[in-house]
Amino acid sequence: MTEHILRMSGITKTFPGVKALQDVNLTVRRGEIHAICGENGAGKSTLMKVLSGVYPFGDYEGEITFEGQKCEFGGIRDSEHAGIVIIHQELALSPQLSIAENIFLGNERARRGWIDWNRTNYEAGALMKRVGLRENPTTMIADLGVGKQQLVEIAKALAKEVKLLILDEPTAALNDDDSAHLLDLLRGLRDEGITCVIISHKLNEVIAIADSVTIIRDGRTIESLDMAADHVTEDRIISGMVGRALDNRFPPHESKIGTEALRVEDWTVYSPSQPGRKVVDGADLMLRRGEIVGLAGLMGAGRTELAMSLFGRTYGVHISGKVFKDGKPIEIRNVQDAIRHGIAYATEDRKRYGLNLIEDIKRNISAAGLHGLSRRGWVNENEEYRVAEEFHRSMNIKAPSVNSVVGKLSGGNQQKVVLSKWILTEPDVLILDEPTRGIDVGAKYEIYTIINRLADQGKAVLVISSELPELLGLCDRIYTLSEGRITGEVPRREATQESLMHLMTKGQE
Amino acid sequence: MSSITPADVEVGAKGDGGAPRQPGRVSLGGLSLNLRSSGIYIAFALIVVLFTVLTDGAMLQPQNISNIIVQNSYVLILAIGMILVIIAGHIDLSVGSVVAVTGALSAVLMVNMGLPWPLALLITLVAGALIGAWQGYWIAYFGIPAFIVTLAGMLLFRALTLTVLGNQGIGPFPDQVRTLANGFTNGYFGNIGLGPLGGADLFSLLIGLIAIAGMAVTQWRTREARRGYGQSVEPMAVFVLKLVAGAALILFLVVQLARFKNLPWVLVLLAVLVLAYSMMANRTVFGRQIYAIGGNLQAAVMSGVKVKSVVFWIFVNMGVLSAIAGVIFAGRLNQAGPTAGNSFELDAIAAAFIGGAAVQGGVGKVVGAITGGLIMAVINNGMSLIGSPSERVMLVKGIVLLAAVAFDVWTKRRGGAAR
Repeated sequence: MTEHILRMSGITKTFPGVKALQDVNLTVRRGEIHAICGENGAGKSTLMKVLSGVYPFGDYEGEITFEGQKCEFGGIRDSEHAGIVIIHQELALSPQLSIAENIFLGNERARRGWIDWNRTNYEAGALMKRVGLRENPTTMIADLGVGKQQLVEIAKALAKEVKLLILDEPTAALNDDDSAHLLDLLRGLRDEGITCVIISHKLNEVIAIADSVTIIRDGRTIESLDMAADHVTEDRIISGMVGRALDNRFPPHESKIGTEALRVEDWTVYSPSQPGRKVVDGADLMLRRGEIVGLAGLMGAGRTELAMSLFGRTYGVHISGKVFKDGKPIEIRNVQDAIRHGIAYATEDRKRYGLNLIEDIKRNISAAGLHGLSRRGWVNENEEYRVAEEFHRSMNIKAPSVNSVVGKLSGGNQQKVVLSKWILTEPDVLILDEPTRGIDVGAKYEIYTIINRLADQGKAVLVISSELPELLGLCDRIYTLSEGRITGEVPRREATQESLMHLMTKGQE
Repeated sequence: MSSITPADVEVGAKGDGGAPRQPGRVSLGGLSLNLRSSGIYIAFALIVVLFTVLTDGAMLQPQNISNIIVQNSYVLILAIGMILVIIAGHIDLSVGSVVAVTGALSAVLMVNMGLPWPLALLITLVAGALIGAWQGYWIAYFGIPAFIVTLAGMLLFRALTLTVLGNQGIGPFPDQVRTLANGFTNGYFGNIGLGPLGGADLFSLLIGLIAIAGMAVTQWRTREARRGYGQSVEPMAVFVLKLVAGAALILFLVVQLARFKNLPWVLVLLAVLVLAYSMMANRTVFGRQIYAIGGNLQAAVMSGVKVKSVVFWIFVNMGVLSAIAGVIFAGRLNQAGPTAGNSFELDAIAAAFIGGAAVQGGVGKVVGAITGGLIMAVINNGMSLIGSPSERVMLVKGIVLLAAVAFDVWTKRRGGAAR
């Protein structure tokens, strides 16, 4: 068990302005299950993309040795040829094709360009048996649940004669039964001699299944541990994941906390794509005026889903629960209702949901508050300009004028435009989803200052963030969310990264 | 933003302070010009000049100008509705058939049933609105792509036309309707001598002068208001130059028309529509929301825009404008025919795209669409004046359409507006 199948050494990958990976080392032994743990944005996915050739050779520094051979993958085809298959969190199946067709997609069982359907379906059946998928090979993918789709992905990997199987958050979207089945299957594959690398946030699963673990933080390898020899516990992994010092990256702020602004009771949201799956499960939240509240949760915990379902039911189906604004029950059926009740939501995905990139700054700022700038349906363009110019100055948006096109601004300045847009609607409650994602450190400080200012104006602010130090540095109180449930509510004084991470990784009993 | 080119990195490295690169912007002695937004007007001017030269000036003769306007008015009216549809990121293939069916309906009401023409016109417009509402419902609320719904509409409303008309036309139309479609304003104040240019209608000239004065006053007030709000405005010289150029254009057009038969009523109608819709698109909440939807549908939803209702009303509006075009077209021919409006949808769509609309939506101007329509009208007219066969006209129009959109895509790519 000491032979190494994979060795990545000194991997460094830079994006413009950001070092995503810095001198990362990863060694995987043949026939083991190796877990990679780290916070969101630590660099796990980037590392796997380097390995699988998504970032081709020459795009990164460092060396990859697989099966004793030095590898220079030019693309995914090369790495798959070598026997490395990656299964991404978002499954890459074609929903309108059959199981068998998907298993052999790009790897068709064909003779001179003509598909041999008998062989396709027969071999698919054999592979499906190996992964424990009891379905007809001709069933369409769209008719399967996510758990079974995951099995199809694994069967597809097996069809490519995989030697190293990489799974990115394989159980994030699965229910407990499907997760347990999948973990069993991985153990079975290990016994067949297939090596697995698993990226997971669910530490109990890591403990249960992995033979060794590599911890990555801020784009660096922190440590590699052997589960048995090093007696690894969840605590041990968590301290490795978060062990970063807090410095003065946050403006000092003392909140003047007022009365209750928003209360949410027993909020439950079902997934629109997977019938019956609860994405948010009986969540209770309360925000007070002048208070900055954090919402911590790992990827897939349901943070954005919770926020968007509150904000005019823009996510989810069969939404139930009660919302109180200033103590009075309110009904929010759509975004217009939300805005009218003084609720604003700045999305985590600025480019998709937040901005009209081909439009200028002033029209983006006025997009949600246009009614306040108009009389009987006519927009006062001069007033619009004046207001936009005010935000241009007060938010320090770096652009020649408010007539500049938003698509050309940097991430930080785009975020300021999004914030301006929502401040213009004069909200009492602001929900900020990953307000500093993709923003450099200097601009982050500015965004924090803006958030503090909003709280000082008596607004209730809910900050959703993957970065625990950010929540600890900014918030007065932090809720933790795990698998759709609020698992804790911690005042800042009592919160540490470790205690939050415990709550965030708390599985369902 | 999937691919990162060295150019992107370079811009990032320079920081945010610098002015963003402006693609396709040329500077001519302090007068900077955005090619992407004003290229269409320059192209129009060049095409007019080209055909004026090729036809030894026949292009700009009073009667010919009048003909161009009257013969293309219905396509221009359709183009106004179409540009809004396209800005919102949709398309309407049914307008030709809607023109036919509303024309047929108005003929049945006015000719066969003998209803008073204003009532018949009103009913026809309401019918156009209902047709638009029908299509808008399937597109906005049911979620079927506009391409499919209006393709079906193209067949449905053509079928309806044929059912109503059979194989023959209905006519003749009442005089008032014919006048609206084909006629000219009365010479209320008689003629006035313009020296070597001969006699011209005083009323038309006065209307022209009022239009010029109105333009000057509103432009000035807008400029002053902007200055009052501390916005940068163009230098006085440029402002005056633009104003004089606009005034000269209107004056030339009006004088030529006054020398012929006064102002065509459709021109008056068209002018009112262009003004009203331009203001609607730019200055109303509804207009802004159309751009927001086309620019980024998801962001519009998340900003509280009632996307479904806006899209629905855009199609209702398209139906009403199609009905207006239907009555005018039938009135001009003095007959509602079963093949009326054939391929009008293609002309209207081409006008919108030549006029600077973006294929993905979110971009476009009413005036641009009108200019696009006029470019095609001038090509049609000019080429027939020099005796080109119709297949060659079609060829040139196809090339112009492709070139216009290629130019748009090219400037966008140069701008690095990766989306």
